[in-house]
This record gives sequence, structure tokens and C-alpha cells, in this order.
Amino acid sequence: MADYKEFLDSLDRKAYHEGEWQWEEDGYTVTRTYHYSPPGCHTSCGVLLYVKDGKLERIEGDPLDPCTNGKLCIKCLTMDESVNHPDRLKYPMKRAGERGENKWERITWDEAYDTIEAKVKEIWETDGGNAIICVHGTGRNINWQVPFFGQAALKTPNISTFGFTGFSCYMPRICGSIAPFGDFPIVDASETHPDRYNNPEWVAPEVIVVWGNEPLASNADGYIGHWLVQCVQMGSKIISIDPRLTWWGARAEYWLQVRPGTDAALACAWINVIISEKLYDEEFVSLWCAGFEELAESVKDMTPEWAAEICDLDADDIRASARLYASAKPGAIQWGLAFDQQLSAMALTLAGCDLMALCGNVDVPGGNILVHNAFECNAGYASGEDLTPPEWRAKKLNNRFALGIEGGDFVAHASSDGLLQAIETDFPYPIKMMWIQSSNTLSCPSQDVARTMEAMKRIPFIVNADPYITPTSVALADILLPVAMSAERNSARTWWTPARAMVKVCDFYEAKSDEQIILEMGKRLNPEIFDQWDTDIDWLNWYLHDGTGSFSATTEATDQGGAKNSGKTLFKPTWEELVKDPSMLGHAYDEFNATYNKAAKGMFRADGSVGYGTPSGRLELAPALFQYWGLKTTPFHTEPPESPLSTPEMMEEYPLILTCGGRSFEFFHSEHRQLPTMRELHPQPRVLVNPKTAEAYGIEDGQWIWIENDHGRFKQQAKVSPVVNERTIHAEHGWWFPETDGAAPFLFGTFESNPNNCTKAFVTGQGGVGSPIKGMICKIYPVKEGDEMPYEAIAKQGNFSWYEKVESPREDEIEKYHDLMADGASYDPMTNIITTKDGVRMDLKTEEVYA
Amino acid sequence: MKGILINYDYCTGCHSCEVACKKHLDLPKGEFGIKLTETGPYEYEGVPAPNHWEWTWLPVITKACDMCEDRTSKGKMPMCVQHCQAWCMYYGDTEELIKKMDGKTRFALYTTTEN
Repeated sequence: MADYKEFLDSLDRKAYHEGEWQWEEDGYTVTRTYHYSPPGCHTSCGVLLYVKDGKLERIEGDPLDPCTNGKLCIKCLTMDESVNHPDRLKYPMKRAGERGENKWERITWDEAYDTIEAKVKEIWETDGGNAIICVHGTGRNINWQVPFFGQAALKTPNISTFGFTGFSCYMPRICGSIAPFGDFPIVDASETHPDRYNNPEWVAPEVIVVWGNEPLASNADGYIGHWLVQCVQMGSKIISIDPRLTWWGARAEYWLQVRPGTDAALACAWINVIISEKLYDEEFVSLWCAGFEELAESVKDMTPEWAAEICDLDADDIRASARLYASAKPGAIQWGLAFDQQLSAMALTLAGCDLMALCGNVDVPGGNILVHNAFECNAGYASGEDLTPPEWRAKKLNNRFALGIEGGDFVAHASSDGLLQAIETDFPYPIKMMWIQSSNTLSCPSQDVARTMEAMKRIPFIVNADPYITPTSVALADILLPVAMSAERNSARTWWTPARAMVKVCDFYEAKSDEQIILEMGKRLNPEIFDQWDTDIDWLNWYLHDGTGSFSATTEATDQGGAKNSGKTLFKPTWEELVKDPSMLGHAYDEFNATYNKAAKGMFRADGSVGYGTPSGRLELAPALFQYWGLKTTPFHTEPPESPLSTPEMMEEYPLILTCGGRSFEFFHSEHRQLPTMRELHPQPRVLVNPKTAEAYGIEDGQWIWIENDHGRFKQQAKVSPVVNERTIHAEHGWWFPETDGAAPFLFGTFESNPNNCTKAFVTGQGGVGSPIKGMICKIYPVKEGDEMPYEAIAKQGNFSWYEKVESPREDEIEKYHDLMADGASYDPMTNIITTKDGVRMDLKTEEVYA
Repeated sequence: MKGILINYDYCTGCHSCEVACKKHLDLPKGEFGIKLTETGPYEYEGVPAPNHWEWTWLPVITKACDMCEDRTSKGKMPMCVQHCQAWCMYYGDTEELIKKMDGKTRFALYTTTEN
């Protein structure tokens, strides 16, 4: 592109019906709106939906939309296949056979709601709302709706993307940024301005550090990766930090092929270089930062030579790339999921923030800008927190309460391992129900997946709302609710900017939108709250006008930062106006996000004073909140638990590094596997193997191979390629095979190619945050005829024959608990005091006896 | 003559051109109006970054392509150009398009047979 003005001037606006939100064209009703899931995606692009006879037949990008200018990825371009797919769930169903048999009986919505209502109310009586777990998937357009439903309607504090040990997706980066910055940094590719690349204040970053992220295929975290390609066309240079060669690495000034799981060592070495060579922005640091001396002292021995040994890199490249980033005015860091999926998660996020701050790249044009949700519509994971009865909220299975990990409860969600422990062992209390909305738990997030499934089988009642029947539905659900897709849904989105609206243009049998399901169920369970709204649109208006709160951290954690939390959003129009008003046509940009240098303008702090939304008002290079949360206040590296450095003795058996989860253009996590076009382009799961490694292990391109560690194994098709080095392989995640047998034990093959056969629950970084799943070790060998398949091993003995369970950190207490309870004791989870049948009161952990 | 210019240094191999076209022409599995080719990745010995690696995608325009005559006659862009996420495709008169070839990045100019 490079010349945005030329592009805009060349558009035939009339041909694209400028100013209209809906029109007739060639026998179609065309609607100008935005897509936001299902099918899943983190972003929201302007689309033109072509509907004929009530059916979505075609979709186009909207060239007049400033967010993506008509560009669409193939997940939207295949929307006709997703929306009209014969495998979609058409009606509410109840289980007709045993769990796993995949036999269902159609029921009415009323019957489904009646059954659920009765169960929930029974559990409230017997166990309390905290005995219910409410699960949602990632990035779907449910990330305020489902938590609100869980906390306000099911009345449970136990909300989770279940199966994710150590909150290992996005929470570390979100919460890890709140502490030093008060807000969240994203790369400024002009996305906050309606005039985009023409904005007079905006400049392209001089250097973009693409770090642990493939933004082109992932479009992760509300960010369109291809915006950065425009920046490269405008002159941005690239530093790629990635174990894989990607489009970025192949065009980079420096491609640092870091050993998976060691990014924090590299980050510390960059800080070391930037401070020791005085490359930092001294004026910015003295005016706006705090904690410089503490940071400088902490990294003084973390030299490039030190990091090179750990990261498997060249010290000169580390030094030179650090200099390049530091020399850029502005430079920007595009960080990704790899930050969360290593033990250093929180420390690495802090290091990333420290680099941005040291180099004066915070909240400047073309740097890392600090953003809010549009118009302060900050409803998020914490929404509805205050509507759970306090005695049930107090039993939130967070890291501290459930697992005994010291530190602050700063993540809005419950701890996934805490939930797993409760499900597996009934400790500190049993779980009676799970509500799973838009998460294919078994195929995607669940680490230690066979174990997770076995645990979930213990839950007496499971509801699953999804557009498709998934392996999770078949294995575990008692009731299925059909969910409408984006084109069948009225909704809105305020994740970063602009605020966007989705308009319903068609129906699919009896599927209902997430909002409709939640509202209808909510009216039964908590009419006092949900009767405020008659329709989904009423509820959306509440979200747009009153939906403040905290995005991902607990409200307490964001309040501690001193950030704004007004209780009222800044959005004035109605949802309908957002959709139809010619000045908006589905989107509205807000002033906050479009403004640079907000600290100097007094825009971050509740009292309007100059400064950032941190306790000190400065960018805290060594944040006070980290101390409060029980975390080290300066960045450091934690070696993966199994690695050439931490377990050299294991490397003979497992000589390769296994990294996994890199995205492809065709799939969003476990979705899109049904679609003919996607499977034409990407038929099977691919594991990347270096040509020399393939030769050493007798592996041919296209051959199915086993990837095995000390926990389990899975199989994928080898793609022999130099994009990974000889010591590393990269496997895909999220695979299941909707074309195969759904019934247990095969379950659409969800275990066959699943890297989560090899991941472990209860292995986390500092504070119980971060999980080492992007840096494991493994061996590889060809699949042979007669090999026992993963589903067979799991059916036979529950897991792989060499599998060893990692126990909860409270294993000893749990054993004592069960022994004493079997002997007639009673237990108070809030005090952790167990009272024996003889009336002896004892602290379960310390065994201290009270009078 | 109308043509499609591809500034293929920036092509990311995202498949949007392929799929947008397939949907518009309603092509069955295995057929394409525009089809990506991939060259590399391989390394050039002794060449410094950022030109050390070759990993290049270049879409090829097939016989099925009619340059979206029905769309362009109404003022719309061809499907592939409209949806190209990398923003590396241009449609127009070949005499105009050729002026974009500035010798700084790599371009390919496509024309199709005239019916």
C-alpha cells in the first residue's frame, strides 16, 4: 500500500454504498456490519454480508471500514461454510445415552432452561454457587457476557478458561503490564485513528520487535497483524524473536532464534546493554519512570554473554539487536502468547515493559501506546463480581485459597489448577456443575488433557453451549445449547478501539446468540438483575453505557493501580444508532485511545493529575504492585523445568525441544476443522522438523511421527523445513477431526494429535502464573502400524502407560482431609480448620491444634 | 489493458486472494483463479540481513481469472485485490501500474488473455 491517500482516493465509494448500513443489490440484502465470532477470532473486521432468502451466501470485506479497509482473512471469507455447515447444532439437546455415546434427544429451549434452573437452585441450597464452574473460551465475543453470567446468574466466583494451568494466555501480559504501567501497551499502527495511516500525528515505528508472536496468522489479542505489514511498507525495520523463522524473521535485520522458554534471559540482557551503554532515554526516564536504580542493579550481571549461553544465541547479535531497538525513535514491541507460556511469564512481561519505558517508547506515536477499551466500556472478566453473594465469592478457587500459593489475587479468573484440584479431590469443596460456553475444553485449552477429562467426568452436571458438537460436548455434556454465529447475532465490541456493532442478518434453526441465552437463563436465576433488560439489545445498551469494570484483572488490582474506574462509560449513542447512524455505520472511535502522551495530559489518573495509573504515578520499572502480589520486582529468567540446562540427564532420552501452538491462517484454535476450504489448504496437523533432524531420525516429509515426552505422546505429519533449528520441533495445537467417529473413546480423534497429552497441570511460574508449555523436551519417531493410539491408551488405563501425575501443592493436606473426613470430621474451607469427630480443631496445613 | 500488479516482497502467503476468488467464481476443490506459489525458505551464504533469507510467496493468476469483469465494471475492486491483507496487490491500467515499479522492492505485473 504505502500510499494510503492514493488508496482512499481510488475507491469508488458509490459502488460500495457509502453512507448506507443496508441495501438491496443483485437479489441480495447487503448489510454493512462487523464480524465478531463465532466462528472464533480475536479481531473484528468490517464486512458486507450478502443474504438471500434468509441465508448468508457471500461475505466481503468493507473497503470503507477504516479498521481493516476491506481486507479479510480466510476465516471470514469462508463464513458461508461455517454458518451453513450441516454439522452445526440446530436444537437444544439432552443426552440420550451415557456420556461419550454421542446419542442425543432434541428438547425445547424451555425444557433445557427448566432442567438447568432446577439444578442450579438445588446446588445453591446444598453447596452454594461456588460449587458451579463457569467456563468460556478465548477471545470469543463472550469475554464480558459469560463472566457476567457466571458471577451474576450462576452466582459463582469460579470463572475460568478451564484447563489453562498458570493462566497461560494473556493474563500474565495484561496483569504484568498493569503493575508497571497502570494500563496495557499495544503497538501503534495508527489503529486508534479513523484517518489511520494519514493521521498527521502518527508515524510508523522505526523498528518493530515481533517477539514470541506470529501476528499475521494469529491476529491475537484484538490486534490485526497485517497492520504491521503496512508499517513495514512504510519503512519499519524488523527484529524477530522467535524459535521459528516466520515472514518477519525472513525479512528481519535480526532474527534471534531464541531457545523456547528463555525469552526473559534475552530481555534481561537487552536491558543490561541498554543501561550499561547508556542507550536509554535519560530525559524520559528521569521525568516519567521510577525504580531505575533497582532495575539497573538487578540486571548488571545479565550480560549478552550470560544470556547467549541460556538462549542458544550469539552474544554479538543480542548486543547489536538491543542497540537497534534502543536507537529507534520510536520503537515498538509486538509481544505474543509465548510470553505467557513460559515459567518467566510475569517477569518477562515486566522486562518487556521496562524496555518500552527505558527507551521512551510508551504512549508515543509509533511506539507502544497505552489503550483502554473504547469509551471506557471495560466490561470484562471481572464483570458481575459484585453480584455474587459475598460468602460464595470468598470461596473463589484462586491460587492463594485453593493452592496455598502466597501472593495477591490479581487475576479476575479462578485458578484453573485450583478448579482441577477441587474437581479431582473435592478439596476444599466438591464441584457439582460446569457451564461451558464457547470452549472446546478438551481439544484446545486443557493441559494434561486425559487427566482433565477424567476429572471432568466426576462433575455431576455439565451444560455446553456451542455452535457445533465438539469432542467436549460428546465426552462430557448432559445438555447442549446451540449458539448462533456472528451473522446471526446482535452484539457489540469495545476491545480496544473503535467500538463496533454486529447486526443479526439471518437465523440458523433454533440457535440463539450468547446474549440471548444468558439473558433468558439469567432472568430465571437472578431476575432482580436480569429483568432490567427485555431484549439482547437492551443488554447491549447497558454494556455500552454502564459496562465499566475491569477487563481482565480483578477490580481490586486495577483499583490499586489508581487507574480510572468511573462506573459509567463515555459512550452516548444507542446500539441501534451505532449500527445505523450514517456518522458511525457500525463503528465509533474514542478520544482517549486516539490521544498520545496521555500522562502529561492528566488522562490516566482518577483525579485527573499528571502521571500514569500506577501507585507512584510513574512508569514503575520495579513495580510496587509486584511486591504486593508476592512477585520479585525486577525481571529474571526461570529455566524451563525440563531442558538441556535444568535436566541434562533427561536429554539422552528426550533430545529435542518441543515448542507448540503457533497459529496457521486456516484455524482459530480448535475451530474451522469442519470447513472444506480450510482442510483443502491444511489437511492435517503439521509438526515442523529441521531437515538435518529428519535425516537423523529417519523421518520423511509428510510422514506421521510420534512426539513423545515423559508424560505422553501425540502424532502429527512431519513438515521438513529449515524454519526450526536442528534442536527444536514445532507442533500445532487444537486439532480434532470432525469427519471421524465422534463417540468415545475416539471422540473425533481429539487426543490423537494433541500436544496437551504432554503438558502438565500444576507446573507454574512465580505466583502460580505462567506455564512452560512452549518449551518442553521430547523425542520423535515414525508412527508404525500396530502402535497403540492415544485414545486407546487413554481408554485402557486412563492415560499413557508411562504417565506420572503431578500432584497439587496441597497433596499432603488433601490426604489428611480425606482420612479425617472419612472418620467423621467436619471442615471449614475458609479457615482451613478441620474438626475431628472428637471435637479436636486442627489447622489442616500446620496441624496446629486449637483449644 | 487492465492488469494486476503484485508487490510480492510483501506477500505473506495468507491465502485471502485464493479464497476470495474461489468464492466469487464458485470454483470446486483443487481449482483456483489465483494460486499462491511459495519459494524457500532457504539461506544465501554470505548475504547480510535483511536479505539473507529467501522466502517468497507469489500468487499466479490462472485461466479461470476474468479480472472480476462483473465487479470492476461497477467500480469495485477484483476480489483478490480487495481482500489482500498484505496490501500488496493493485488493479488498473498496466501503463499506470508499471509506474509503481520503483526498483526498491520486487513487483510482478499480470495480464490475462482478452476475450
